[in-house]
Amino acid sequence: MWTSWGKIQHIDLPKVPFSPSVLNSSGDHLAIGNLRSYGDSCLINPGTAISMLNYDFFLEWNSQSGRLRVCGGVLLADILQRCVPDGWFLPVVPGTKFVTVGGAIANDIHGKNQHKVGNFGHFVLELELLRSDGEAIKCSPNQNASLFYATIGGLGLTGIILNACVQMIPIRSSMIDTEIVRFNGLHEFFELSANSLNDDYSVAWIDCVTQSHGRAQARGHYIRGRHAQSGTLVSHSIGHRRNVPFEFPGFMLNRATIGFFNTVYYHRQFFKKRSLTQHYDPFFYPLDSVLNWNRIYGKRGLYQYQCVIPLGGRKALQEILDCISVSGQASFLSVLKTFGTIPSLGMLSFPTEGITLCLDFANRGQSTLALFDRLDDILRQVGGRLYPAKDSRMSSLDFKTGYPQWQSFLQYKDPSITSCFWKRVMGYTPPKMKPGPDAFPNRSGHL
Amino acid sequence: MIKTVVVMGATSAIATAILRQLVGADAYRVVLLGRRPEPLQLLKQDLLIRGAKIAEMIVSDMGDSRGAGLIVQEVLSHVTTIDILLISYGELGHIDARTNARETDRLLQVNFTSTAALLSGFLPLFENQRHGHIVVISSVAGDRGRQSNYIYGAAKGGLSVFLEGLRHHCFRFGVHVLTVKPGFISTPMTAHLPKGVLWSTPEAIAPLIINAIFSNQSEIYVPGFWRWIMGGVRLLPEWLFHRSRL
Repeated sequence: MWTSWGKIQHIDLPKVPFSPSVLNSSGDHLAIGNLRSYGDSCLINPGTAISMLNYDFFLEWNSQSGRLRVCGGVLLADILQRCVPDGWFLPVVPGTKFVTVGGAIANDIHGKNQHKVGNFGHFVLELELLRSDGEAIKCSPNQNASLFYATIGGLGLTGIILNACVQMIPIRSSMIDTEIVRFNGLHEFFELSANSLNDDYSVAWIDCVTQSHGRAQARGHYIRGRHAQSGTLVSHSIGHRRNVPFEFPGFMLNRATIGFFNTVYYHRQFFKKRSLTQHYDPFFYPLDSVLNWNRIYGKRGLYQYQCVIPLGGRKALQEILDCISVSGQASFLSVLKTFGTIPSLGMLSFPTEGITLCLDFANRGQSTLALFDRLDDILRQVGGRLYPAKDSRMSSLDFKTGYPQWQSFLQYKDPSITSCFWKRVMGYTPPKMKPGPDAFPNRSGHL
Repeated sequence: MIKTVVVMGATSAIATAILRQLVGADAYRVVLLGRRPEPLQLLKQDLLIRGAKIAEMIVSDMGDSRGAGLIVQEVLSHVTTIDILLISYGELGHIDARTNARETDRLLQVNFTSTAALLSGFLPLFENQRHGHIVVISSVAGDRGRQSNYIYGAAKGGLSVFLEGLRHHCFRFGVHVLTVKPGFISTPMTAHLPKGVLWSTPEAIAPLIINAIFSNQSEIYVPGFWRWIMGGVRLLPEWLFHRSRL
């Protein structure tokens, strides 16, 4: 029995370790990595789940040029372990280092530097794809380019990502010069965002529970950082990590406890602004220090709701925060991040210019899903979209309108590869609100 | 000073995890033995990037004891001293082997006879060099014969006794023999089995094994709680044991 990070849906079929002949068996297949996606994009049932974790070999490392070629199952943590002492860092890192390179490409992941450099896919120089017809195809922006752009952010559906060549970025120190600024209200957040465009990394933690005058107060911490210019080059330690040993009872995370946590967290910083120099590990991966942190959400698991709101949707952002705050469904870890102007490469890549909001919700069944439906309604008005890697419930219609290139993507999809996510968003689900011609105004500026 | 480690069954998940941690921490020359050239080549290149000073590979089938002499010769044509000899190949076998004479014979060959032959073949080298670690992956399955896998268990049990004797003999030569008894570990060998809370990973047990090597321990259960589980299984009275499906 296994599941994705959100623990919503469980699969009772064995995982098969990767071997070159693995796609020869009949039925559907899906290559899976370290299962850090929250929803069902890394699940398959019925079908064969091919675990890539045993296919984790380094193939080439050039510490002069920073070019790295690794197999699809290599974890980002292993790459940092090897390359940081040589003065190179991953060009894009997500909120955990325990994802595979294959997963990073398949979801075209973004990080705190999205506004400056784009996504992981922008740094993939070449990749090799194993198709179910037995062919291994090399793709890059210059070779089989369409297949390359289908595979970047292609949710692993275009074939098995055997290996990839990634351009690393040079660093002089493994430390990050960090500045944390408290903000109160979205206007302050936007002001900080505008002033932080030159920082390498920026992200905000936001309190979605506390209200003032019947609206979400939207207070939080704006965190920005850049690689320190001098210092030592030390990779993260692989020592003991704190563990959440069992699933917490469901009632432990409620509005009161989360509200309390958020208030304490907000006031942890007394001064408006605080500067520190910290190692990249706590800066990028604060949650990696706690093993199995998803267990605090209890047996029923958690949903993550991550959307991007295109430029000009500031009002919608406040509306979404109000809606959450009023619903009483508290979100523990809420993150705001500005996406930049660099267009994403993949046909199904998530990032697009605007603001992304990422929220964790304990699974409370129908009431949680009803809240998401209300959030979807707001999002639809401004032409936003949801992140497939985090999703386990978006409607087929919302996917198809949010990712208008899905039809061109179909011709590159491997016929014997699918996922629970893909079957769900391709299937027809009746729209809750009949979409008239004006229901989705202004779809331009989307990709 | 570059140390030499020779690994039989190098592409096994446990050996790979141990090798990666060794070469990342110190200067090693690795000699890798395995059956299939492609994964062996991948691992060789991988270890070089992860810090191995020299990496060599020898393609051979260690599961047949008749070839043991040749394999020992081949290895000794590459190296003159061995600091760590790690034997980590093995095969779980299918439950149907219980009624299949040839398969029973083969599983005993792969998991016991061939390993014993190799160890005897390498012994003169260790007696001469008067140092070194011999590390062999046995199994908790050898602690008591159980209906679910007693052929594999018998082979590993025999191996553990062999190693006990070898350790006794090697003590006066200053050579260290470590018996490793893993419990449930998620590897390609066990991919088909349903997983539960008792399962661990090669990456988690590798540092425990490395620590046991350099602190000259005799026998180690990994993870450590298996010592208590198997102690309990051994203590079960027959009337109760026979009613279980262990």
